[in-house]
Amino acid sequence: MEVYLDNNATTVVDPVVYEEMKPFFCEKYGNPNSLHRFGAGTHPKMMEALDYLYSGINADDEDDIIVTANATESNNTVIKGIWVDKILNGDKNHIITSEVEHPAITATCKFLESQGVSVTYLPVNEEGVLEASSVKEYLRDDTALVSIMWANNETGKIFPIEEIGQICKEAGVLFHSDATQAIGKIKVDVQKANVDFISFSAHKFHGPKGVGGLYVRKGIKLTPLLHGGEQMGGKRAGTVDVASMVGMGFAMHLATNEMALAYENNHVKKLRDKLESAILELPETVVIGGVENRTPNTTLISIRGVEGESMLWDLNQKGIGASTGSACASEDLEANPVMNAFGSDSELAHTGVRFSLSRFNTEEQIDYAIEAIVGAVKRLRNLSSSYAYAPESHKSGL
Amino acid sequence: MAKNDLVSGSIWDEYSNQVVNRMNNPQHQGEITEERAKELNAKLIIADFGAESCGDAVRLYWAVDEATDKILESKFKSFGCGTAIASSDVMAELCIGKTVDEAVKITNIDVEKALRDEPNTPAVPPQKMHCSVMAYDVIKKAASQYKGVDMESFEEEEIVCECARVSLATIKEVIRINDLKTVEEITDYTKAGAFCKSCIKPGGHEDKDIYLVDILADTRALMEEDRLKTAADASASGELTFDKMTLVQRIKALDTILDEDIRPMLVMDGGNMEIIDIKENLPHYDLYIRYLGACSGCASGSTGTLYAIESILQQKIDENIRVLPI
Repeated sequence: MEVYLDNNATTVVDPVVYEEMKPFFCEKYGNPNSLHRFGAGTHPKMMEALDYLYSGINADDEDDIIVTANATESNNTVIKGIWVDKILNGDKNHIITSEVEHPAITATCKFLESQGVSVTYLPVNEEGVLEASSVKEYLRDDTALVSIMWANNETGKIFPIEEIGQICKEAGVLFHSDATQAIGKIKVDVQKANVDFISFSAHKFHGPKGVGGLYVRKGIKLTPLLHGGEQMGGKRAGTVDVASMVGMGFAMHLATNEMALAYENNHVKKLRDKLESAILELPETVVIGGVENRTPNTTLISIRGVEGESMLWDLNQKGIGASTGSACASEDLEANPVMNAFGSDSELAHTGVRFSLSRFNTEEQIDYAIEAIVGAVKRLRNLSSSYAYAPESHKSGL
Repeated sequence: MAKNDLVSGSIWDEYSNQVVNRMNNPQHQGEITEERAKELNAKLIIADFGAESCGDAVRLYWAVDEATDKILESKFKSFGCGTAIASSDVMAELCIGKTVDEAVKITNIDVEKALRDEPNTPAVPPQKMHCSVMAYDVIKKAASQYKGVDMESFEEEEIVCECARVSLATIKEVIRINDLKTVEEITDYTKAGAFCKSCIKPGGHEDKDIYLVDILADTRALMEEDRLKTAADASASGELTFDKMTLVQRIKALDTILDEDIRPMLVMDGGNMEIIDIKENLPHYDLYIRYLGACSGCASGSTGTLYAIESILQQKIDENIRVLPI
C-alpha cells in the first residue's frame, strides 16, 4: 500500500480539477490576450476561476487577486514591491516578520537586509505561535510591512491573524500573510482578518503546481515584480497559464466551500487525531507545540531516540511519505528553522516527524500507517544508542 | 551551476546499495554484555560519542583479548540518519579481528570506501560524508578507554576537514606551493571542504576550531610577508631580480634608470615622462607611461624615442619590459 502523508509539501491534483484543466491544453489553447476567438474563448472560464478565487477568500470585487506562479512569487512581489514603493523612496525602512516563516519570506527579507533594510524576526512562544502582542511591541514609526504566516507548515499552528491585522490597521502599517498552509484547511476571510495582502499556492489544496495567487486590497499601490505585457491588469506580466488558472480556481472552489471545510475539520481531523493518538501511545513521544489551535490535517511529533531521516527511510520502505525538519534530511544539513525555534529542547530538532493529511486519505491508509510507524519506531529504538539506555520504565518494549 | 544542479535529486538516490542494505539490516547492531565478554575471556569496552541533540550519537562495544589486544567482537548502537547507521555498522565490522592499535588507524574514509559498491563511486552524497566521521571518533574513544590514555593522543596532526581527513599542515603547504588564492582552489587540490562544507567558514553544520577561509587568509598573509622580506633582503644584498621585486621596488628601479639614462635626454628637448602603472602580463611587464612637455604629441614618442626607452629598460632591468605610452 502507498500512503501519502506529506500534504503540507504538496497535494495530489484532484481528478475533477484535472478534468477542468484538460480543454485548455489542446482545444482552447489561444492566448487570452489575443483578439480572435481562440484567445477570447478562454475568457469565460478565466472569469469563472476568478469568481471562485474571490469567493474562496471573501475578497471584494474591487480588490485584486493576481495570478502568479506560486506563493513564493507572491511573497517576493509583496516584499520587494513594498521595498520599492515605501522604502527606496526614504519613507520607511523596517519590516517585521517571524522566525518561522517559509524561506520565500525569510530569504527575501535577508536579501533586503543586504540592501540596508532593517528586518525584525519575531520569535514564537513555546507552543510555536507568534503572539500578536509582540508585533505591537516591535512596530516602529518606520515600519513599512508586517508579514506573518497564517498557519505554520511544520506544526500546523494557526497564528492570530485577525489580532495582528487589527494592530496593523490601527498603526497604519500594511499587513501581509502567507496563507499557503491555511487555504483549504481553515476559513481564510480577508475581510475579517484585516489583511492587505495574502499569498497562496494551488498545489497545496489539490490544484496544479506552478500557479499561485496574490490578494491585494483595493487602493494599495504595489510595484509589480514582473514587468512586460499588460496581463493581470498590468500587475503581473506574462502570458497567463489558462489551464493552471482554471485549475486553481476550481481547486479553490472545492477546498473552501462550507462543506469542504466541514469535511476537513471532521473527517480529516479525525484521521489525523487517530494517527496522532496511536503514535502518542508509544512512550516518550510528544506533539511539538502541543495540540491546540492547529490546522486539522497536521501533526508534528517528536519520537525520542529516533532520528527523523531514518524514520522517513523506514516509512518510505513501507510506501509511506512523510516529512522531517531534521538537518540530516536536508540538502544543506540545516535543521528546519521551525524546529530550532523550539530552543528549549534541541533534541526535538532531530526527532520531529511531520504527518500531514488530506481529504484523499482513508481510514484504511491510516491504520496501515500506524502499523508501519509502530514497527519503524520499534526497530529504530532498538538500534538507537540514545534510547536503548532510557530508564526501563519508559520503554515498555519500545 | 550546471544542468545537473538544476533539479536537486533525493539524497537517498545517491546512497550505495551497501548503505541501503546496512541501513535496512545492520549486521553488527546490538550490545556486548559483561557475561558475553567473560565467555570470550575478553575485556568489555563501551564507548559513546556524539549526542542526540547534535543529531548523531553512537555507542561502540568491543570485546578485546587483553593478551593480544585483538578485538574479538564489535557491536554498535546508533542514533542517526541512514548513513550514520550504515557507517556505524561497517565501522564495527572493520574493527573485528584487528588489534586496538590497528583499529585506531581506521578512518572515516576507510568506512566510506567500505560502503562503496564500485571502487570509484562514492557511497554517499558529499554532504553526508560527515556521518562517517563519528565512526572514526568513537573508535578513538574506545581505544583511549582500553589503553587508559587521552583520546587526543591518537591524533598525530590537526585535522581541518574531517570528512576528507585533510590536516592543517597539508592545507597550508598546498596553498604555498601552488599559490592558491581561493577556497575553491583548496577544495580542488585537497578535497577539503568538498563534503559537508562545515570547515569552509563559520555557520555550517558543525562548529570548527579553524576554517578554510581563515587558513587561506593567514597563509597568504604569511606568504606576502615572506615575499616582502625576501625582496627586502635581496634588495639589500643587491641580488634582487625584477620578477621578485614588490611594486614599489619595481617603480624605484625603473625610476632610477629613467632618471639616469632616459629623462636627461628628454629634458634636453623640453620634454619628460612619468610612470602611470605597471601591469604583470606574464611573461611581460607592461609599463604604462605618459609623455610630458614637448614629448607629448611628438611623433617620435611612438617610434624612435619609445624604442630607445624600451631598449634601455630591457637591457638594464628586465628583457620582458614593454613600454606603452597612453
